[in-house]
Amino acid sequence: MEIFGISTQALFGQLLIGLINGSFYAMLSLGLAVIFGLLNIINFTHGAQYMMGAFCSWFLLTKFGIGYWWALAITPIAIGALGMVIERTMLARLYKLDHLYGLLLTFGLALIIQGLFRNEFGSSGLPYQIPSELSGGVNLGFMFLPKYRAWVIVASLIVCLATWFVIERTKLGAYLRAATENAALVQAMGINVPRMITLTYGFGVGLAALAGVMAAPIYQVNPLMGADMIIVVFAVVVIGGMGSILGSILTGFGLGVVEGLTKVFYPEASNTVIFVVMVIVLLFKPAGLFGREQ
Amino acid sequence: MKTLKRSLIGLAVAAALGAGSVQAQVSDNLVKIGVLTDMSSLYTDLAGAGSVVAAKMAVEDSGIEKRGYKVEVISADHQNKPDVGSSIARQWYDVDKVDVIVDTPNSGVALAVNQITKDKGKAFLVSGAASSDLTGKACSPNTIHWTYDTWMLANGTGGATVKSGGDTWFFLTADYAFGHALERDTEAVVLKNGGKVVGKVRAPLNTQDFSSFLLQAQASKAKIIGLANAGGDTTNSIKQAAEFGIVKGGQNLAGLLVFLTDIHSLGLPTAQGLIVTNTFYWDLNDQTRAFAKRFSALDKGIYPTMVHAGVYSAVLHYLKAVEALKSDDGTKVIAKMKDTPTDDPLFGKGTIRVDGRKIHPAYLVEVKKPSESKGPWDYYKIRATIPADQAFRPLKDGECPLVK
Repeated sequence: MEIFGISTQALFGQLLIGLINGSFYAMLSLGLAVIFGLLNIINFTHGAQYMMGAFCSWFLLTKFGIGYWWALAITPIAIGALGMVIERTMLARLYKLDHLYGLLLTFGLALIIQGLFRNEFGSSGLPYQIPSELSGGVNLGFMFLPKYRAWVIVASLIVCLATWFVIERTKLGAYLRAATENAALVQAMGINVPRMITLTYGFGVGLAALAGVMAAPIYQVNPLMGADMIIVVFAVVVIGGMGSILGSILTGFGLGVVEGLTKVFYPEASNTVIFVVMVIVLLFKPAGLFGREQ
Repeated sequence: MKTLKRSLIGLAVAAALGAGSVQAQVSDNLVKIGVLTDMSSLYTDLAGAGSVVAAKMAVEDSGIEKRGYKVEVISADHQNKPDVGSSIARQWYDVDKVDVIVDTPNSGVALAVNQITKDKGKAFLVSGAASSDLTGKACSPNTIHWTYDTWMLANGTGGATVKSGGDTWFFLTADYAFGHALERDTEAVVLKNGGKVVGKVRAPLNTQDFSSFLLQAQASKAKIIGLANAGGDTTNSIKQAAEFGIVKGGQNLAGLLVFLTDIHSLGLPTAQGLIVTNTFYWDLNDQTRAFAKRFSALDKGIYPTMVHAGVYSAVLHYLKAVEALKSDDGTKVIAKMKDTPTDDPLFGKGTIRVDGRKIHPAYLVEVKKPSESKGPWDYYKIRATIPADQAFRPLKDGECPLVK
């Protein structure tokens, strides 16, 4: 059977690939949405933090012989801690100002971090092998699925759903959401709001770093990997609705699929299609698919 | 009185300084070399800052400054955007008095600068860009294409692959001038040798994930997947092809343009066995080894790619011509360069054709197994040398208007 000249089998394969790429978009845009939703900061350093996650795992492996699985645990904590330092020393001074200042600060930081890494490590990237437990793949009949990609999709689904659950369904999440509505009131209840915000930023950055560790074996560990990704991820967040947790997860996966299908039917447009979708969505729903108009 | 005395001293100083320089016709007493390259994106390691290092080494080795000439090397980042590259080139020629632009990886940018250089009567020495159109339809009396081109790559890697049985091809092509030219030239070689092209897909420049394209290549059942891309695009496609079990499944990859820095980035476990065509390898002889050692000390330990070597060799020959003519007039210098046989430590003896094509041998090399490599940057085994007269497209086939 064929659809538009492509066999259904090939189409299944492409859909799956789209979902896998979408899982990176979802994880990254989730971190952005959490940070924007709770801190009102448009975190442009997110791409650089994703890149630092990949570099951190490379560094752990080559300098200390610490493999992928430990890197998965250590890296988000290390990079998240670094994020918290940035939040305490710099971002905390900007909360009362317009969004634009936060954006400029984080954008500048991203340029500096990427420049430093490029200067030190060059632009062609460093090798990072797939962990031996996950090398090879299985033949699904319609495609050869590398085990590692299967792992990526499962892991990112778990991470995304867990984050959504914590923020939308637990008491801690309720505090966080309340603090964004009225920080003074929540503080009056005896909750340390500034500390909560710092931890939230650290968590968002940790998510980016985790995505970076997971990306390292697939892509080259490259100082520019975040710069290429961040623009797309921003489009995902805007389409999903700024600050909407579920919105960014669903749009992340959805746009991965849209992009994947474009790579089959009109590959030349595959790096533009997401922006076309963004324009259309913004024309009809300026707050994004899942966003609430204020 | 005081002012008169001062002016006299001034005049005397000016005369004394002037006496030291010989440039009757060198514009503003300065030969200014502009390295226009990729300083921030996927071609940075294979060209980038290394090309600036190579140009400076050539100025030093030419000894021209000891003979009274002043030479300055400046550089800029074209960001892989033809519009950015064009405005830098115009600014350099019109305002900054740059006499020659060198390197310029990215064929899109190079073709734009090629036209501007011709309009302004300056000189353009291409090392990083690949499109064979630079000495074909777009050839110019002001441009020399130094190091390699898409025809040479197609003929080298493509020809060798078809002859060893890889007769059905699927192209994964970078969607801009370079990729299109490389695909076109390789397809011609494949067809000429009795092969067949069963499909192609054009991926945007700087794509991160190639799995979707690789799946299409897999489905095509072609014996060879031809990678008509470069830099980060090539390393990502090779890495992901290994992940999707393409080579294990019986298909082979033909990396049509792979640089030494790409192999370094991939690591030998992933890159071993690849067949690549280059015109320079640092471990060819004592002179190339000495150059590589000096170069890597100046470029963060990176060993020179053929692009770096080409910049060095081109600038060296350019300065010889400037000195012979005592002029830095672009059109005249390029004509002089074409008339003079080339000779340098990296490419040996060679010539430059009327269409601007620099002629030298090419090497078909195989990437070593990890066990065969003696250390970092020891990556290639030379499988065959393609003689200079066969390495590049015959003059008559290029459709260059300068060829009568």
